[in-house]
Amino acid sequence: MADFQRTMPDAQPHLARRRGLWSYTRLDAWLLLFILVLCGYGLLVLYSASGGDMGYVVRQAVRMGAGLVVMTVFAQLRPQLFARWAPAMYVISLGLLLAVLLVGVGAKGAQRWIALPGFRFQPAEIVKLVLPLMVACYLANRPLPPSFRHIVISLVLIFVPVVLIMKQPDLGTSLLIAASGVFVLLLSGIYWRYIFGALAVAAAGLPGLWMVMKDYQKQRVLTFLDPESDPLGAGWNIIQSKAAIGSGGIEGKGWMLGTQSQLDFLPESHTDFIIAVMGEELGMIGILMLLGIYLMIIARGLVIASKAQDSFGRLVAGSVTLTFFVYVFVNIGMVSGILPVVGVPLPLVSYGGTSIVTLMAGFGLLMSVQAHRQMISH
Amino acid sequence: MSAFDSLKDHTKEGRVFLSRALIAFVIVVLLMGVLIGRLYYLQVIQHDQLAAVSDDNRIQLQPVAPTRGLIYDRNGTLLADNRPSYSVTLLKEKVGDLEATLTELQKLIPISERELESFHRRLKQRRRPYETVPLRFRLTDDEIARIAVNYQRLPGVQVEADLIRYYPFGASLVHALGYVGRINEKELKRVDPKNYSATHYIGKLGIERFYEPLLHGEVGYHKVETNARGRVMRVLEQTDPVPGKDIVLYLDIRLQQAAEKLVEGRRAAIVAIDPKTGGILALVSNPGYDPNLFVTGISTKDYKALRESPDLPLFNRALRGQYPPGSTIKPMVAMGVIDSGVVSPTHTIFDPGFYTLTSGGRRYRDWKHGGHGTVGLDMAIYQSCDVWFYDVANRAGVDIISDYLGRFGFGQVTSLDLPEALPGILPSKAWKKKTGRGSWFAGDTLNLSIGQGWMLATPLQLATAAEVMANRGEWKQPRMLKGVMKHNKHKADKLTEGSVVDISGLEGTKAVLPDIKLKNNQYWKRIIDAMIAVVHGPRGTARKIGHGLDFQIAGKTGTAQVVGIKQDEVYDADSMAERHRDHALFIAFAPADNPEIAVSVIVENGGGGSSTAAPIARDVIDAFMQLKRQDSEVDELAGVAKDG
Repeated sequence: MADFQRTMPDAQPHLARRRGLWSYTRLDAWLLLFILVLCGYGLLVLYSASGGDMGYVVRQAVRMGAGLVVMTVFAQLRPQLFARWAPAMYVISLGLLLAVLLVGVGAKGAQRWIALPGFRFQPAEIVKLVLPLMVACYLANRPLPPSFRHIVISLVLIFVPVVLIMKQPDLGTSLLIAASGVFVLLLSGIYWRYIFGALAVAAAGLPGLWMVMKDYQKQRVLTFLDPESDPLGAGWNIIQSKAAIGSGGIEGKGWMLGTQSQLDFLPESHTDFIIAVMGEELGMIGILMLLGIYLMIIARGLVIASKAQDSFGRLVAGSVTLTFFVYVFVNIGMVSGILPVVGVPLPLVSYGGTSIVTLMAGFGLLMSVQAHRQMISH
Repeated sequence: MSAFDSLKDHTKEGRVFLSRALIAFVIVVLLMGVLIGRLYYLQVIQHDQLAAVSDDNRIQLQPVAPTRGLIYDRNGTLLADNRPSYSVTLLKEKVGDLEATLTELQKLIPISERELESFHRRLKQRRRPYETVPLRFRLTDDEIARIAVNYQRLPGVQVEADLIRYYPFGASLVHALGYVGRINEKELKRVDPKNYSATHYIGKLGIERFYEPLLHGEVGYHKVETNARGRVMRVLEQTDPVPGKDIVLYLDIRLQQAAEKLVEGRRAAIVAIDPKTGGILALVSNPGYDPNLFVTGISTKDYKALRESPDLPLFNRALRGQYPPGSTIKPMVAMGVIDSGVVSPTHTIFDPGFYTLTSGGRRYRDWKHGGHGTVGLDMAIYQSCDVWFYDVANRAGVDIISDYLGRFGFGQVTSLDLPEALPGILPSKAWKKKTGRGSWFAGDTLNLSIGQGWMLATPLQLATAAEVMANRGEWKQPRMLKGVMKHNKHKADKLTEGSVVDISGLEGTKAVLPDIKLKNNQYWKRIIDAMIAVVHGPRGTARKIGHGLDFQIAGKTGTAQVVGIKQDEVYDADSMAERHRDHALFIAFAPADNPEIAVSVIVENGGGGSSTAAPIARDVIDAFMQLKRQDSEVDELAGVAKDG
């Protein structure tokens, strides 16, 4: 039965169901709507966070546009195509990650970029998409829930790139990538006993993690635990971002009127700490609206994943959606002081190039899964 | 592939996924709840505290130092001014390599170890990043230029301006005005820290110290919004500082300078008081020193030079020089014995040149070998006969003499606003016992009656006694402050006459002594006539200064045996010889019938009062009368100009 479905040509879409003009775009209307609202909201906040610099807004909008193009292209491709290319892409990505460690460029003691003439990019961003595709591809072809052996192999697939990225070092990204792989495993239906077992092992392994962390990473954790210990240095960011969010209150100080952000007390106010600007200027109401949009995107993503008709589509869509939430949670958690500071941007709101394109590409995967579902008849 | 596929149960996998997705969604919602809970905690529960943190960040209360009040003399001449001074500050965040910058600056301008030390201390005490820290104060124009030229190479280095005190008359007035200096920790504890939060200088001595509360003013505030770099973005509110009051002294700088000139090169003090007000017209202690050195912190070398000078320039002779008054107190002693009824004003003795308490006992000598012969009260004063005083003192006893001298202000500080003034010593039985010098002897009384022995008095006290004598017993408390300028207009003629300044709370305020009421008011004339005879009588001890006057001077000479202020200097024959000479003293007031000036003069090791001190007093009185004539001519001219 499955075999038959898989080999069904997609040349007769009209047979599947009656379709409107919009369906030819293969874009999911709801998801697109939420994304556009989020982008617009993000640009509004960025304008204020950059101190009213239209240049930032335009550059960010251009990136969003580029991201939407990538998303649209991805939406046109069949999920099977991604599955087919996943192993090759995975190997290439690992090669790029190794290259970063050897010949990469970067700043502030971290080596994250590969520079090509007139162009530079972070291979880790590619891995964000490739890893869930790879793990999903591997598991989708096996009986689920996966056996212990398959779980171990999946974990190895996850572990290798995560370690390479940690080495750069980029704790935030390696965390996101690890999450994206692990979500595939979790969604694949692995037994709860494995999940709880893994949690227990992880708890036991924390001291070991501490041993391998770099000094600046340890510093971040220590600062997180007690920001007042270094109020002018590492603790400054957290103290200031908490003051920004808290002083905003319920209604906020008004757009462009945040004193913390407009007077430069808030560091990185237009990148990782942009939620503090929103909290200060637009208040709790503003953040709740943002969380509302995020929740709709996540809900829509999970709906798409649930409706997917093969394991690969389900696992990829589910992982992409949940990883998106990890961005949101880790970013807001660190800025509001309940998580240590790791470099995770607020998706589609923080200023910054690569992550926007990667995120949009992820939405493209979701839409691909959604759009090519109809071709399968029951 | 198909082999694997055949093993898969797609329906079951879909069900499992759906349940996992639902669980995931529930967890997502729960974690969102955690975030919302955190936001609620920050934005609702902690809102007030965090809003305060945010306001503390951006809003700063910058204290603004008030401008110190100026000091004028009675004619509106500026005696203490404020001038801009420049300091160099560092902004650590912009500096980069701090040590290298400091080394570089040291090549450009001299920076002492002490300055470096306090710089590092201030650097540690910064309240936030991007706060500038001062390194060195009072740069010269040359140093400013050298720093300015090198600004490019010295990022974060800045020159900032401040106002500091300047005394245009320098050494002439240091003993009359005192000076301000950089405020130290001990002084900061004494003053209101809020009001002095921006103040760098405080009155250390004299008028500057006494009238500190008037001169300082009230601190102002700028409530400013700054960015994280400490740059002021805008002033939200400002409370301007209230400048210190400009004060006017009774002092006449012209008389002061004339008097100073009369004792040039000598160790001497002159105090002149206006008897009608108690206002101090001149207060000279020579030598002086430049107070401007102290304002900005004197160098160790300069200070050592001042401290080790044998002429003791740091020593305020007028207020703190306690000398045996010698015969200058004889008119007051005479007043005491006749007013108390111990002897009659016509009491006469025979002076053989000495006095003995008991027949054949110790001889108390008269200054005149062979004696004055028959001596009454008048002659005892104008000839300064010691034996007459020994006789009456022995009859009166110490209590009466001490009592009457006390009424003239001896033995206590009676001046209003000269915080450094010393009380001198007025001996009495109680005093001698209290200070462990044993019981009182009759001989002590004899010595006291001619201003020798235990008694010590300052030039200010002698001038005060002369003033009270001139006023026929009416006490006008000696004081420097004439008034406070209204509206701070920088013109003395805007002074509101009689403007009352409440100084009752000020440190050092002394109670005014009661006027001296005599049993017989005629005695004032008796004593003053005798004092006039000192100058104008054919045999007066100061008759040499009594010529060419259209008014009368009442005076009294004095010569004090040297106990010496300091005898342990390096041995130097000439110097030692000079310093063994007697101190010359003279007190006077004029015109005798309607006194306008009371003067005391002391010249250390000056020899005799009549030969050295009296001519100086005469010249001071002349200068005073000359200035008075000049001023009235100017007033007349001004009046004519107005009428015309």
